[in-house]
Amino acid sequence: MTNSNAKTARYWQTLLAGLWRENPVFRLLLGMCPTLAVTAAVKPALTMGCCVIFVLLCSNIIVSLMRNLLKPHLRILMFTLTIATFVTIADLFLKAFVPRMSEMLGPYVPLIIVNCIIICRAEVCASKNGLAVSIIDALGMGVGFTLTLCVLASIREILSTGALFEIQIIRLSSQGGWFVPWAAMSMPVGAFITLGLILGLVNKVAGRKA
Amino acid sequence: MDTLSILLMGFISIVVVNNLVFTKFLGICPYLGVSGRIDMAFGMGMAVTFVVTLSGTMTWMIDNWILMKLGLEVTRYVCFILVIAGAVQLVEMYLRKFFPSLYESFGIFLPLITTNCAILGLCLFIDLWGIHSLLEAVVLSFGAGIGFTMAICIMAGIRENLDLADVPDCLKGAPITLITAGLLAMAFMGFAGMIR
Repeated sequence: MTNSNAKTARYWQTLLAGLWRENPVFRLLLGMCPTLAVTAAVKPALTMGCCVIFVLLCSNIIVSLMRNLLKPHLRILMFTLTIATFVTIADLFLKAFVPRMSEMLGPYVPLIIVNCIIICRAEVCASKNGLAVSIIDALGMGVGFTLTLCVLASIREILSTGALFEIQIIRLSSQGGWFVPWAAMSMPVGAFITLGLILGLVNKVAGRKA
Repeated sequence: MDTLSILLMGFISIVVVNNLVFTKFLGICPYLGVSGRIDMAFGMGMAVTFVVTLSGTMTWMIDNWILMKLGLEVTRYVCFILVIAGAVQLVEMYLRKFFPSLYESFGIFLPLITTNCAILGLCLFIDLWGIHSLLEAVVLSFGAGIGFTMAICIMAGIRENLDLADVPDCLKGAPITLITAGLLAMAFMGFAGMIR
Protein backbone atom coordinates (compact mmCIF):
# COMPACT_ATOMS: atom_id res chain seq x y z
CA MET A 1 0.00 0.00 0.00
CA THR A 2 2.73 2.46 0.99
CA ASN A 3 4.59 1.48 -2.14
CA SER A 4 1.68 2.43 -4.38
CA ASN A 5 1.17 5.64 -2.40
CA ALA A 6 4.77 6.61 -2.92
CA LYS A 7 4.37 5.85 -6.59
CA THR A 8 1.30 8.08 -6.90
CA ALA A 9 3.06 10.85 -5.03
CA ARG A 10 5.97 10.63 -7.44
CA TYR A 11 3.63 10.83 -10.43
CA TRP A 12 2.00 13.95 -9.02
CA GLN A 13 5.37 15.47 -8.31
CA THR A 14 6.49 14.83 -11.90
CA LEU A 15 3.28 16.28 -13.27
CA LEU A 16 3.42 19.42 -11.16
CA ALA A 17 7.15 19.98 -11.74
CA GLY A 18 6.44 20.92 -15.36
CA LEU A 19 3.84 23.48 -14.35
CA TRP A 20 5.95 25.65 -12.08
CA ARG A 21 9.10 24.33 -10.40
CA GLU A 22 10.67 23.23 -13.68
CA ASN A 23 8.49 25.22 -16.04
CA PRO A 24 10.27 24.83 -19.38
CA VAL A 25 10.13 28.46 -20.42
CA PHE A 26 10.36 30.40 -17.18
CA ARG A 27 12.73 28.24 -15.17
CA LEU A 28 14.73 26.19 -17.69
CA LEU A 29 14.78 28.80 -20.49
CA LEU A 30 14.01 26.16 -23.11
CA GLY A 31 12.00 26.55 -26.27
CA MET A 32 12.37 30.31 -26.46
CA CYS A 33 12.03 30.61 -30.24
CA PRO A 34 8.41 29.42 -30.57
CA THR A 35 7.57 31.19 -27.33
CA LEU A 36 8.53 34.50 -28.89
CA ALA A 37 7.31 33.80 -32.40
CA VAL A 38 3.77 32.51 -32.00
CA THR A 39 2.53 34.60 -29.10
CA ALA A 40 1.22 37.60 -31.01
CA ALA A 41 -2.32 36.26 -30.42
CA VAL A 42 -3.89 33.58 -28.22
CA LYS A 43 -5.31 31.31 -30.92
CA PRO A 44 -2.05 30.44 -32.69
CA ALA A 45 -0.35 30.13 -29.30
CA LEU A 46 -2.93 27.57 -28.18
CA THR A 47 -2.63 25.64 -31.45
CA MET A 48 1.13 25.60 -31.09
CA GLY A 49 0.83 24.41 -27.49
CA CYS A 50 -1.42 21.52 -28.52
CA CYS A 51 1.01 20.48 -31.27
CA VAL A 52 3.88 20.51 -28.79
CA ILE A 53 1.88 18.42 -26.28
CA PHE A 54 1.10 15.87 -29.01
CA VAL A 55 4.68 15.62 -30.28
CA LEU A 56 6.16 15.58 -26.78
CA LEU A 57 3.79 12.82 -25.67
CA CYS A 58 4.40 10.59 -28.71
CA SER A 59 8.16 11.07 -28.77
CA ASN A 60 8.45 10.44 -25.02
CA ILE A 61 6.47 7.20 -25.42
CA ILE A 62 8.60 5.95 -28.31
CA VAL A 63 11.91 6.99 -26.74
CA SER A 64 10.92 5.38 -23.46
CA LEU A 65 10.04 2.14 -25.25
CA MET A 66 13.31 1.97 -27.14
CA ARG A 67 15.55 3.26 -24.36
CA ASN A 68 17.32 -0.08 -23.93
CA LEU A 69 18.22 -0.30 -27.61
CA LEU A 70 19.83 3.14 -27.83
CA LYS A 71 23.54 3.46 -28.54
CA PRO A 72 25.00 6.49 -26.74
CA HIS A 73 26.59 8.20 -29.76
CA LEU A 74 23.54 7.73 -31.96
CA ARG A 75 20.88 8.66 -29.46
CA ILE A 76 20.46 12.34 -30.39
CA LEU A 77 20.01 11.33 -34.02
CA MET A 78 17.38 8.76 -33.05
CA PHE A 79 15.57 11.36 -30.93
CA THR A 80 15.47 13.92 -33.74
CA LEU A 81 14.29 11.37 -36.29
CA THR A 82 11.48 10.21 -33.98
CA ILE A 83 10.47 13.79 -33.31
CA ALA A 84 10.64 14.75 -36.99
CA THR A 85 8.24 11.94 -37.86
CA PHE A 86 5.64 13.06 -35.35
CA VAL A 87 6.03 16.70 -36.32
CA THR A 88 5.31 15.73 -39.92
CA ILE A 89 2.11 14.05 -38.73
CA ALA A 90 1.08 17.12 -36.74
CA ASP A 91 1.90 19.44 -39.64
CA LEU A 92 -0.16 17.41 -42.14
CA PHE A 93 -3.03 17.27 -39.64
CA LEU A 94 -3.03 21.05 -39.22
CA LYS A 95 -2.85 21.61 -42.97
CA ALA A 96 -5.84 19.34 -43.51
CA PHE A 97 -8.15 20.43 -40.69
CA VAL A 98 -7.19 23.95 -39.61
CA PRO A 99 -5.54 25.44 -42.71
CA ARG A 100 -5.88 28.99 -41.38
CA MET A 101 -3.81 28.24 -38.28
CA SER A 102 -1.33 26.27 -40.36
CA GLU A 103 -0.83 29.30 -42.56
CA MET A 104 -0.46 31.62 -39.58
CA LEU A 105 2.10 29.43 -37.81
CA GLY A 106 3.98 28.79 -41.05
CA PRO A 107 7.43 27.29 -40.59
CA TYR A 108 7.13 27.37 -36.80
CA VAL A 109 5.25 24.04 -36.83
CA PRO A 110 8.12 22.11 -38.48
CA LEU A 111 10.45 24.03 -36.19
CA ILE A 112 9.02 22.02 -33.29
CA ILE A 113 11.59 19.41 -34.41
CA VAL A 114 14.38 21.54 -33.01
CA ASN A 115 12.44 22.72 -29.99
CA CYS A 116 14.86 22.17 -27.12
CA ILE A 117 12.06 21.15 -24.72
CA ILE A 118 11.30 17.95 -26.57
CA ILE A 119 14.91 16.82 -27.00
CA CYS A 120 15.64 17.80 -23.41
CA ARG A 121 12.75 15.68 -22.08
CA ALA A 122 13.75 12.74 -24.28
CA GLU A 123 17.31 12.95 -22.99
CA VAL A 124 16.63 13.73 -19.32
CA CYS A 125 13.46 11.81 -18.67
CA ALA A 126 12.24 9.37 -21.31
CA SER A 127 15.57 7.67 -22.03
CA LYS A 128 16.01 6.84 -18.33
CA ASN A 129 12.49 6.17 -17.07
CA GLY A 130 9.63 3.78 -17.69
CA LEU A 131 6.56 4.42 -19.80
CA ALA A 132 4.27 5.79 -17.07
CA VAL A 133 6.69 8.40 -15.76
CA SER A 134 7.56 9.49 -19.30
CA ILE A 135 3.91 9.99 -20.24
CA ILE A 136 3.19 12.00 -17.10
CA ASP A 137 6.33 14.06 -17.54
CA ALA A 138 5.37 14.84 -21.14
CA LEU A 139 1.89 15.93 -20.06
CA GLY A 140 3.21 18.14 -17.25
CA MET A 141 5.85 19.80 -19.40
CA GLY A 142 3.52 20.18 -22.37
CA VAL A 143 0.74 21.76 -20.34
CA GLY A 144 3.25 24.00 -18.56
CA PHE A 145 4.57 25.17 -21.93
CA THR A 146 1.08 25.76 -23.31
CA LEU A 147 0.02 27.77 -20.27
CA THR A 148 3.13 29.92 -20.55
CA LEU A 149 2.42 30.57 -24.23
CA CYS A 150 -1.17 31.53 -23.43
CA VAL A 151 -0.20 33.93 -20.64
CA LEU A 152 2.30 35.69 -22.87
CA ALA A 153 -0.09 35.70 -25.84
CA SER A 154 -3.01 37.14 -23.83
CA ILE A 155 -0.88 40.01 -22.58
CA ARG A 156 0.36 40.78 -26.07
CA GLU A 157 -3.00 40.38 -27.77
CA ILE A 158 -4.84 42.62 -25.31
CA LEU A 159 -2.21 45.34 -25.50
CA SER A 160 -1.82 45.22 -29.27
CA THR A 161 -5.46 44.93 -30.38
CA GLY A 162 -7.62 45.25 -27.26
CA ALA A 163 -9.03 41.80 -27.98
CA LEU A 164 -8.78 38.31 -26.53
CA PHE A 165 -9.40 35.24 -28.72
CA GLU A 166 -10.16 37.83 -31.42
CA ILE A 167 -13.18 39.05 -29.40
CA GLN A 168 -13.04 42.77 -28.71
CA ILE A 169 -13.00 43.43 -24.96
CA ILE A 170 -11.70 46.98 -24.83
CA ARG A 171 -13.12 49.66 -27.11
CA LEU A 172 -10.45 51.18 -29.28
CA SER A 173 -10.01 54.90 -29.70
CA SER A 174 -10.83 54.54 -33.40
CA GLN A 175 -14.30 53.28 -32.39
CA GLY A 176 -14.88 55.98 -29.79
CA GLY A 177 -13.30 54.16 -26.85
CA TRP A 178 -10.32 55.23 -24.77
CA PHE A 179 -7.75 52.58 -25.62
CA VAL A 180 -5.01 53.31 -28.13
CA PRO A 181 -3.56 49.96 -29.24
CA TRP A 182 0.18 49.49 -28.88
CA ALA A 183 1.27 48.43 -32.33
CA ALA A 184 4.75 47.54 -31.06
CA MET A 185 3.30 44.72 -28.96
CA SER A 186 2.47 42.60 -32.01
CA MET A 187 5.98 43.08 -33.37
CA PRO A 188 9.23 41.36 -32.34
CA VAL A 189 9.98 44.21 -29.93
CA GLY A 190 6.89 43.47 -27.87
CA ALA A 191 7.72 39.77 -27.74
CA PHE A 192 11.24 40.27 -26.45
CA ILE A 193 10.39 42.91 -23.89
CA THR A 194 7.25 41.20 -22.54
CA LEU A 195 9.08 37.91 -22.08
CA GLY A 196 12.00 39.70 -20.43
CA LEU A 197 9.76 41.48 -17.94
CA ILE A 198 7.75 38.32 -17.16
CA LEU A 199 10.97 36.39 -16.56
CA GLY A 200 12.07 39.13 -14.19
CA LEU A 201 8.77 38.92 -12.34
CA VAL A 202 8.99 35.12 -12.09
CA ASN A 203 12.53 35.40 -10.75
CA LYS A 204 11.35 37.86 -8.14
CA VAL A 205 8.43 35.67 -6.97
CA ALA A 206 10.49 32.48 -6.99
CA GLY A 207 13.37 34.21 -5.22
CA ARG A 208 11.13 35.37 -2.39
CA LYS A 209 9.78 31.87 -1.81
CA ALA A 210 13.19 30.20 -1.72
CA MET B 1 17.03 43.35 -62.67
CA ASP B 2 20.00 41.25 -63.59
CA THR B 3 21.11 38.25 -61.58
CA LEU B 4 23.86 40.03 -59.71
CA SER B 5 21.66 42.75 -58.29
CA ILE B 6 19.00 40.19 -57.30
CA LEU B 7 21.66 38.27 -55.41
CA LEU B 8 23.00 41.42 -53.76
CA MET B 9 19.49 42.50 -52.73
CA GLY B 10 18.77 39.05 -51.34
CA PHE B 11 21.98 39.12 -49.34
CA ILE B 12 21.33 42.53 -47.79
CA SER B 13 17.73 41.62 -47.16
CA ILE B 14 18.57 38.51 -45.15
CA VAL B 15 21.42 40.16 -43.23
CA VAL B 16 19.64 43.28 -42.00
CA VAL B 17 15.99 43.50 -43.08
CA ASN B 18 14.92 39.92 -42.40
CA ASN B 19 17.58 39.19 -39.79
CA LEU B 20 16.81 35.72 -38.44
CA VAL B 21 17.35 36.60 -34.79
CA PHE B 22 15.52 39.92 -34.60
CA THR B 23 12.59 39.43 -36.95
CA LYS B 24 12.07 35.66 -37.11
CA PHE B 25 13.07 34.75 -33.53
CA LEU B 26 15.31 31.95 -34.73
CA GLY B 27 18.38 30.81 -32.83
CA ILE B 28 17.43 32.47 -29.55
CA CYS B 29 18.79 29.63 -27.38
CA PRO B 30 22.45 29.89 -28.43
CA TYR B 31 21.90 33.64 -28.59
CA LEU B 32 21.17 33.66 -24.85
CA GLY B 33 23.72 30.95 -24.10
CA VAL B 34 26.98 32.04 -25.72
CA SER B 35 26.59 35.75 -26.15
CA GLY B 36 28.45 36.40 -22.88
CA ARG B 37 31.92 36.80 -24.41
CA ILE B 38 32.66 38.35 -27.74
CA ASP B 39 35.35 35.90 -28.92
CA MET B 40 33.16 32.90 -28.22
CA ALA B 41 30.21 34.59 -29.86
CA PHE B 42 32.29 35.17 -32.97
CA GLY B 43 33.49 31.56 -33.06
CA MET B 44 29.95 30.30 -32.62
CA GLY B 45 28.77 32.64 -35.37
CA MET B 46 31.43 31.32 -37.75
CA ALA B 47 30.52 27.69 -37.01
CA VAL B 48 26.84 28.45 -37.57
CA THR B 49 27.63 30.33 -40.80
CA PHE B 50 29.53 27.34 -42.13
CA VAL B 51 26.86 24.81 -41.16
CA VAL B 52 24.00 26.96 -42.42
CA THR B 53 25.66 27.57 -45.81
CA LEU B 54 26.39 23.88 -46.24
CA SER B 55 23.00 22.63 -45.13
CA GLY B 56 21.01 25.40 -46.85
CA THR B 57 22.64 24.48 -50.16
CA MET B 58 22.34 20.74 -49.66
CA THR B 59 18.72 20.80 -48.55
CA TRP B 60 17.83 22.96 -51.55
CA MET B 61 19.47 20.45 -53.87
CA ILE B 62 17.85 17.46 -52.18
CA ASP B 63 14.47 19.16 -52.09
CA ASN B 64 14.44 20.29 -55.71
CA TRP B 65 16.30 17.52 -57.44
CA ILE B 66 15.26 14.45 -55.49
CA LEU B 67 12.19 14.93 -53.30
CA MET B 68 10.09 16.99 -55.72
CA LYS B 69 10.96 14.71 -58.64
CA LEU B 70 9.88 11.64 -56.72
CA GLY B 71 6.89 13.28 -55.02
CA LEU B 72 8.30 12.62 -51.56
CA GLU B 73 7.74 16.08 -50.05
CA VAL B 74 6.22 14.41 -46.99
CA THR B 75 9.63 13.23 -45.88
CA ARG B 76 11.07 16.72 -46.22
CA TYR B 77 11.51 17.46 -42.50
CA VAL B 78 13.16 14.13 -41.79
CA CYS B 79 15.60 14.62 -44.68
CA PHE B 80 16.41 18.20 -43.66
CA ILE B 81 17.23 17.28 -40.08
CA LEU B 82 19.43 14.40 -41.25
CA VAL B 83 21.41 16.71 -43.54
CA ILE B 84 21.88 19.25 -40.75
CA ALA B 85 22.98 16.61 -38.24
CA GLY B 86 25.49 15.32 -40.80
CA ALA B 87 26.88 18.80 -41.49
CA VAL B 88 27.30 19.47 -37.77
CA GLN B 89 29.12 16.17 -37.32
CA LEU B 90 31.48 17.19 -40.14
CA VAL B 91 32.27 20.56 -38.53
CA GLU B 92 32.80 18.88 -35.18
CA MET B 93 35.30 16.38 -36.60
CA TYR B 94 37.12 19.11 -38.52
CA LEU B 95 37.44 21.41 -35.50
CA ARG B 96 38.57 18.59 -33.20
CA LYS B 97 41.38 17.72 -35.60
CA PHE B 98 42.59 21.18 -36.62
CA PHE B 99 41.53 23.62 -33.87
CA PRO B 100 41.45 21.61 -30.64
CA SER B 101 41.49 24.69 -28.40
CA LEU B 102 38.46 26.22 -30.11
CA TYR B 103 36.78 22.80 -29.93
CA GLU B 104 37.36 22.65 -26.17
CA SER B 105 35.93 26.10 -25.58
CA PHE B 106 32.72 25.30 -27.47
CA GLY B 107 31.98 22.27 -25.31
CA ILE B 108 28.33 21.35 -25.42
CA PHE B 109 27.36 24.16 -27.79
CA LEU B 110 28.81 22.51 -30.88
CA PRO B 111 26.50 19.47 -31.01
CA LEU B 112 23.70 21.83 -30.03
CA ILE B 113 24.04 23.59 -33.40
CA THR B 114 22.01 20.66 -34.72
CA THR B 115 19.06 21.87 -32.72
CA ASN B 116 19.70 25.53 -33.56
CA CYS B 117 16.40 26.71 -34.98
CA ALA B 118 18.17 29.23 -37.22
CA ILE B 119 19.49 26.47 -39.45
CA LEU B 120 16.38 24.36 -39.92
CA GLY B 121 14.39 27.60 -39.99
CA LEU B 122 16.42 28.96 -42.87
CA CYS B 123 16.06 25.72 -44.86
CA LEU B 124 12.30 25.95 -44.38
CA PHE B 125 12.17 29.65 -45.26
CA ILE B 126 14.10 29.03 -48.49
CA ASP B 127 11.46 26.45 -49.33
CA LEU B 128 8.65 28.81 -48.30
CA TRP B 129 9.91 31.81 -50.26
CA GLY B 130 10.05 29.61 -53.36
CA ILE B 131 13.69 30.20 -54.25
CA HIS B 132 14.23 28.70 -57.67
CA SER B 133 17.94 29.01 -58.38
CA LEU B 134 20.74 27.23 -56.62
CA LEU B 135 22.93 30.33 -56.59
CA GLU B 136 20.27 32.34 -54.79
CA ALA B 137 19.85 29.60 -52.20
CA VAL B 138 23.62 29.59 -51.54
CA VAL B 139 23.76 33.38 -51.16
CA LEU B 140 20.72 33.46 -48.88
CA SER B 141 22.06 30.75 -46.58
CA PHE B 142 25.46 32.43 -46.37
CA GLY B 143 23.77 35.77 -45.64
CA ALA B 144 21.67 34.19 -42.91
CA GLY B 145 24.84 32.95 -41.22
CA ILE B 146 26.44 36.40 -41.46
CA GLY B 147 23.28 37.99 -40.05
CA PHE B 148 23.31 35.57 -37.13
CA THR B 149 27.00 36.26 -36.46
CA MET B 150 26.37 39.99 -36.54
CA ALA B 151 23.43 39.77 -34.14
CA ILE B 152 25.26 37.56 -31.67
CA CYS B 153 28.42 39.72 -31.76
CA ILE B 154 26.49 42.97 -31.20
CA MET B 155 24.77 41.31 -28.27
CA ALA B 156 28.05 39.99 -26.82
CA GLY B 157 29.53 43.48 -27.00
CA ILE B 158 26.54 44.95 -25.17
CA ARG B 159 26.56 42.22 -22.54
CA GLU B 160 30.23 42.75 -21.75
CA ASN B 161 29.34 46.33 -20.84
CA LEU B 162 26.14 45.26 -19.14
CA ASP B 163 28.21 43.43 -16.53
CA LEU B 164 29.27 46.81 -15.18
CA ALA B 165 25.75 48.23 -15.16
CA ASP B 166 23.50 48.33 -12.12
CA VAL B 167 20.71 45.92 -13.09
CA PRO B 168 17.93 45.02 -10.59
CA ASP B 169 18.62 41.58 -9.09
CA CYS B 170 15.58 39.84 -10.51
CA LEU B 171 16.36 41.02 -14.04
CA LYS B 172 19.96 39.79 -14.06
CA GLY B 173 20.91 37.27 -16.74
CA ALA B 174 18.34 36.19 -19.29
CA PRO B 175 15.60 38.82 -18.63
CA ILE B 176 17.83 41.83 -19.23
CA THR B 177 19.32 40.12 -22.28
CA LEU B 178 15.84 39.66 -23.73
CA ILE B 179 14.92 43.27 -23.03
CA THR B 180 18.13 44.44 -24.68
CA ALA B 181 17.35 42.19 -27.64
CA GLY B 182 13.94 43.86 -27.82
CA LEU B 183 15.54 47.28 -28.06
CA LEU B 184 17.94 46.00 -30.72
CA ALA B 185 15.00 44.52 -32.63
CA MET B 186 13.39 47.95 -32.53
CA ALA B 187 16.54 49.43 -34.04
CA PHE B 188 16.53 46.79 -36.76
CA MET B 189 12.88 47.61 -37.52
CA GLY B 190 14.28 50.79 -39.03
CA PHE B 191 15.51 48.69 -41.95
CA ALA B 192 12.08 47.18 -42.59
CA GLY B 193 10.56 48.10 -45.89
CA MET B 194 13.94 48.96 -47.39
CA ILE B 195 13.85 45.86 -49.59
CA ARG B 196 10.89 43.51 -50.18
